[in-house]
Amino acid sequence: MIGFRFPSPPPSPAAEALRAEVRAFLAEALATRSPAARAESWSGFDRDFSRAIGAKGWLGMTWPKRYGGHERSAFERYVVIEEMLAAGAPVAAHWIADRQSGPTLLKFGTEEQKATILPRIAAGELVFCIGMSEPDSGSDLAATRTRATPVDGGWRVTGTKLWTTGAHHADYMILFCRTSGTTSDRQAGTSQLLVDLHATEGVTIRPIIDLAGQHHFNEVHFENAFLPAAALIGAEGGGWDQVMSELAFERSGPERFLSSMQLLLELIAVLREAPGDAARLALGRLTAHLVVLRRLSRGVAALLEAGENPAVHAAIVKDLGATFEQDLPEIARALVDAEPDRASTSDFVAVLAHTMLNAPSFSLRGGTREILRGIIARGLGVR
Amino acid sequence: MSEIATMLTDAIERLLEARLDDSAMHAARTGTWPSDLWRALEEQGVPLALVPEDAGGFGVDPREALDLIRLFGRHAVPLPLGETMLANAALARAGLPLADGPAALVPIDGAARIAWGRNCRTFVVETATGIARITDATLEHEAIDLAGLPRDAMRFHAPERAAPIPGKLIEHGALVRALQCAGALDRVLELTVAHVAERVQFGRPLSKFQAIQQELAKLAGEVVAASAAADLAADAFIADPADATFAIAVARVRIGEAVGRANGIAHQLHGAIGFTAEHRLHLFTTSLWTWRDEFGGAAHWATRLGDRALAAGKEGFWPMVTAA
Repeated sequence: MIGFRFPSPPPSPAAEALRAEVRAFLAEALATRSPAARAESWSGFDRDFSRAIGAKGWLGMTWPKRYGGHERSAFERYVVIEEMLAAGAPVAAHWIADRQSGPTLLKFGTEEQKATILPRIAAGELVFCIGMSEPDSGSDLAATRTRATPVDGGWRVTGTKLWTTGAHHADYMILFCRTSGTTSDRQAGTSQLLVDLHATEGVTIRPIIDLAGQHHFNEVHFENAFLPAAALIGAEGGGWDQVMSELAFERSGPERFLSSMQLLLELIAVLREAPGDAARLALGRLTAHLVVLRRLSRGVAALLEAGENPAVHAAIVKDLGATFEQDLPEIARALVDAEPDRASTSDFVAVLAHTMLNAPSFSLRGGTREILRGIIARGLGVR
Repeated sequence: MSEIATMLTDAIERLLEARLDDSAMHAARTGTWPSDLWRALEEQGVPLALVPEDAGGFGVDPREALDLIRLFGRHAVPLPLGETMLANAALARAGLPLADGPAALVPIDGAARIAWGRNCRTFVVETATGIARITDATLEHEAIDLAGLPRDAMRFHAPERAAPIPGKLIEHGALVRALQCAGALDRVLELTVAHVAERVQFGRPLSKFQAIQQELAKLAGEVVAASAAADLAADAFIADPADATFAIAVARVRIGEAVGRANGIAHQLHGAIGFTAEHRLHLFTTSLWTWRDEFGGAAHWATRLGDRALAAGKEGFWPMVTAA
């Protein structure tokens, strides 16, 4: 068999018990949150909410207790994050730190980095951003031109990062850059550095407004910025392998098919008023896709829990998930006669407008569709 | 997988590889019942694989027994093996005698076309009060499916007593076809990957073209989704056959769509050679097009799922999804 069989998610009574607790908490915490706000999904930013989640013990859930974690299973963490996404909770203030920056530090960071940073992530106090893409290095990450030059006591960094989500809110960045060699060395000579965005001079953050008028992206420019030697994460020159292991966390999660959940829920609400055969068929189809995506994604969680690096599995989930999410507004507009309008008093119409404007990003962020399919093809042995 | 099950699976895989060559596949398509193959698989105990030990089976783990049906799909075995396995499991649950030879599942509202009806010896026929075991049946009309394999209309006589079982027969049949599809899709991917690696055009293998790689990745995604969907249905059926409707409906809808896309890509990447009777690809793709619509097609299962979603409403939809 050459197909990639995903493991069945094992039954987890502890996770299901937790689900009821999370649902009850969210029902109360989000009681007044409008559907249009919920539709922001993991772009919704609220430090107070993240601190409240941290206080519940729902951040850094799988990390060791000595770093502020809670030593719970990947399945318990999965329940927490999928319930938050389905409810449209504002998770952006902790999302990147909890999902990938924290795990990267836990795996590769120094004892000092782990001891000082991880407990604050778990408390919901620290916002992270990811310094990977550059003006001339998007999908082709190995072409990075940002350079950290070794100097007495640390590094001097010069270069520009682009599409940096949430940099304007962030306390820290994990910067991927070149620390030795030249761009022709490709993956070799790259490293990850921890940047304290409040304490580092020579860093300029400029907003990039997206087509929907939203400010999530930024351009982050480093001009001879000094970072102490202790900023290095893991091995000098080991940046590429570290980043690749990080991406399986970034690509397989339920945010890859639940970020348009509010549109599906509002669509159900509207169709319920006048159900017909077209509505029944379309909702049946969407339900089948969603349930299968969720099973696949939980299968990747099982592989991660088992200590594997399911990069190809994660790419498959993200590719299928983005396709599903981009189909959703097209299906919705075929079923309900409405002009999308973000200011509409109709929840469905407002959420439809939001989702339609954001849909192009679904197959760009976290690895483009073409890059993911290249990874899948390599997994099939043809590249 | 347990050791015994692995041995059983391996033995059956070897048997299929040895006996199910293209000439046997083509003979079945002219209506010749593959009697030697049936006998060999019967000797391996396949018809009883889902029957509990205390009812005359030999204690194969149900998950592993259902994996055999995938294997039959992978080889596009032209025999009603999955139907016979599920029929015997249903008969055992109903406290009725097990099937004598190949068996058919006849749901209450449909299945006018029975796979190899003319060769089946036992018909598990659903009635308003349960299932009846019928051995007296007449061939009414011979027909073939898209693969050229027998699909017959039968008339039943002498209905025997009916006994209740958990779940509906259309779901039993739909599960069989879902598992067969998952297995056959895996083979379609394998054939396609092999073809594009071997076929050279413009001085290099097709697999070196990015356009081909992107299509292969889409094909793999559909195959993976179908496989997970079949697993979902199998897990639910094993947990409780009376409460597997939702999972089976999900599997049928998702797999039906996967078949359409996967077959389309596989044929496109095979080019004209894959459209010939001589090439093996059609042995799998034509059966996939048949299986996905037997025991309720896309419209049947999607409307049922859609009704559940509408009944759950905005508030109940997500809890319904996480309960699956």
